[in-house]
Amino acid sequence: MKRTSLTVRTGLALAALAVPAVLTGCGSNSAASANADVKSISVLDYYNNEPDKSFIGDALNKCAEKAGVTLDRQTITGASLIQKVLQQASSKTLPDVLMLDNPDLQQIAATGALAPLSDFNVSTDGFAQGVLQAGTYNGKVYGLAPTVNTIALFYNKDLLAKASVQPPKTWDELKAAAAKLTSGSQYGIAFDANATYEGTWQFLPFMWSNGGDEKDIATPQTAEALQLWTDLVKSGSASSGVLNWKQADVKDQFVAGKAAMMVNGPWQLPTLDKAQGLNYGIVQLPVKSASDTEVAPLGGETWTVPQTGNKAKQAKAAQVVACMNSDEMQTSMAKQRNTVPSKTTLASQFAADNPKLAVFTDLIKSARARTGELGADWPKAATKIYTAIQTALTGKASPSDALQQAQNSNG
Amino acid sequence: MTTTTTTTRAPVRRAASVGSGRPHGGPPSARRRRERLYQWLFLVPASVYLVLFFGYPVVKNLIMSFQDYGTATFYTGEAPWVGFDNYAKVLGSTIFTTAALNTALFTAGSIVGQFVIGLGLAVFFRKKFPLSGVLRSLLLLPWLIPLIASGAVWKWILDKDSGALNQFLEALHLVPNGVPWLTSTQLALVAVVGVNVWIGIPFNVTILYGGLQDIPDELYEAAALDGATGWRSFWNITWPMLRPVVNVVLVLGVVYTLKVLDIILALTGGGPANASQTIATESYALSFEQFRFGEGSALGNILVLISLVFALFYLRASRRGVED
Repeated sequence: MKRTSLTVRTGLALAALAVPAVLTGCGSNSAASANADVKSISVLDYYNNEPDKSFIGDALNKCAEKAGVTLDRQTITGASLIQKVLQQASSKTLPDVLMLDNPDLQQIAATGALAPLSDFNVSTDGFAQGVLQAGTYNGKVYGLAPTVNTIALFYNKDLLAKASVQPPKTWDELKAAAAKLTSGSQYGIAFDANATYEGTWQFLPFMWSNGGDEKDIATPQTAEALQLWTDLVKSGSASSGVLNWKQADVKDQFVAGKAAMMVNGPWQLPTLDKAQGLNYGIVQLPVKSASDTEVAPLGGETWTVPQTGNKAKQAKAAQVVACMNSDEMQTSMAKQRNTVPSKTTLASQFAADNPKLAVFTDLIKSARARTGELGADWPKAATKIYTAIQTALTGKASPSDALQQAQNSNG
Repeated sequence: MTTTTTTTRAPVRRAASVGSGRPHGGPPSARRRRERLYQWLFLVPASVYLVLFFGYPVVKNLIMSFQDYGTATFYTGEAPWVGFDNYAKVLGSTIFTTAALNTALFTAGSIVGQFVIGLGLAVFFRKKFPLSGVLRSLLLLPWLIPLIASGAVWKWILDKDSGALNQFLEALHLVPNGVPWLTSTQLALVAVVGVNVWIGIPFNVTILYGGLQDIPDELYEAAALDGATGWRSFWNITWPMLRPVVNVVLVLGVVYTLKVLDIILALTGGGPANASQTIATESYALSFEQFRFGEGSALGNILVLISLVFALFYLRASRRGVED
């Protein structure tokens, strides 16, 4: 008995010694014959939860196989991705393929850490305007998102029918509907007015559709949009809890029947479908007057090729990025993950095949990227917007004063 | 120490042999030198640790606060020197006064709450009663739960519409409808302070209870014979005897509380409308949400400076304690 355990231990020790040797062997090999053959490339993304982790992993593996390489994939939490990327940038250990949330792309591209996709002849044809806007920095495309998303109005069909309310199309209808749907512990509508970029993201469609602009938020158009949100909370049609809710909390309220309508995105569909007895519909977010068209904010993650200095690996990485953005992969990933293909050419077929995603697919065609105008300066504007939202909703200032204060704050 | 040195020696040699107790140099001085070397060798691990893990970050943070340190710096390594610009920006920003005031209120409120309740419980547990050991160890629970977990639970408890606290209060008809604990600008800071008090109690109880154990029972017995019991014995025996421990608890408490970040982020994220934004959370937001590391570290240094002031107060107080 003792003897066996000793042999096992020696074996383990030898193995432990051998592993680094093999690893360094591989490392020096690939460095020496960099141009000849790349065997493996590294990937970093934030899809660290199932089922997305496997969906993305399977797609990546398929693409890697096509490119003739194996993958060394690392997934981390969304909140720590940028910090990790900055660490890697300073220690020159960036991965070969890097996933970035689209509003972060320009900031990272501005550091010089990313390679333009045109260097590797990756096609950018057929993508929705907003998708290219988000992926472009200084006239060059640095990242492409295979599938994208946005937000819309979800409504509880049973609750609306009981109150004989139609899904609202205009702001006035929204206010009236929300008021009618509020009774007891049930609120008319739930949304996310959190003091984070999520709060800003939910406000954008209201602001943009009314002609507001992030360059200067102290405008009557933006004030009107903020007035709408303020009225909803003041009148009690929305809980003041919106100030502290994240989008997941908003979904919980909706599922629990405590909100008859909510502003949310298609990533909630699997949970909503699982909820017993929940009968819901999806429409575009209401606009001020019926003749306005909704301008939706673009969400979704882009794939990029960092400047690692290893040209051969970068070329392989670009092949993987191109493959992830191919028609076939876009459609299959969009279907699996309840997102929308980013190529407008695929939209009509996709909407027909996936009726639940039709509203979102429609909105994506004209969706606007958050970084489209301000680029790397977007975080400053986003901070001002959520600060103004919070100031107005808590009643510390009127919507127009709150926006003026936020616009003037240096930051 | 015997100092039998010969006057003929060169000053250097003399210095080396001072205290060796022998008039002749040679081997003793070599031994002395070797001793010195050993002393230094014993100091090396601690000094290396201090320099690496305290010195470097502090110096780096200080340098960073004088630089335009953004996302690009990580890739290019370039961080232009901007002098006091970062300090001017953070001190001049509209949010600074709010954050500073909130930090003061948060710290004062937390310390008073933690200390008073902590001391009360420590005195209470001084009396042995059945299960007192078990209860005392249960009190440590808030300390043992990861802050992110307890933060999430408290966020749910304090929720306006479906939170346990409001349901409890409504069931007792103490409030007509949901109290917006976390979403009212008047209550958010109070709620955050309350949760932080809950977290800080175990630390206060543990240290104060330890201090109470060191007070000899004879003092109380003697005082009781003289007729001093209850409050009298607390004010005349417990409090003066406990003062050194109280100093430690308060100063450490202040320093720990000034930098509290996770619990505020978990509960309110500094909202609503910056009602619970402190210097620590604002510094975090600047550095790790907006990636303006220069400004973030400038604000961080201001916080370090405030902590330092309290540390000096502590040193002075403890020195006076010794002189008394």
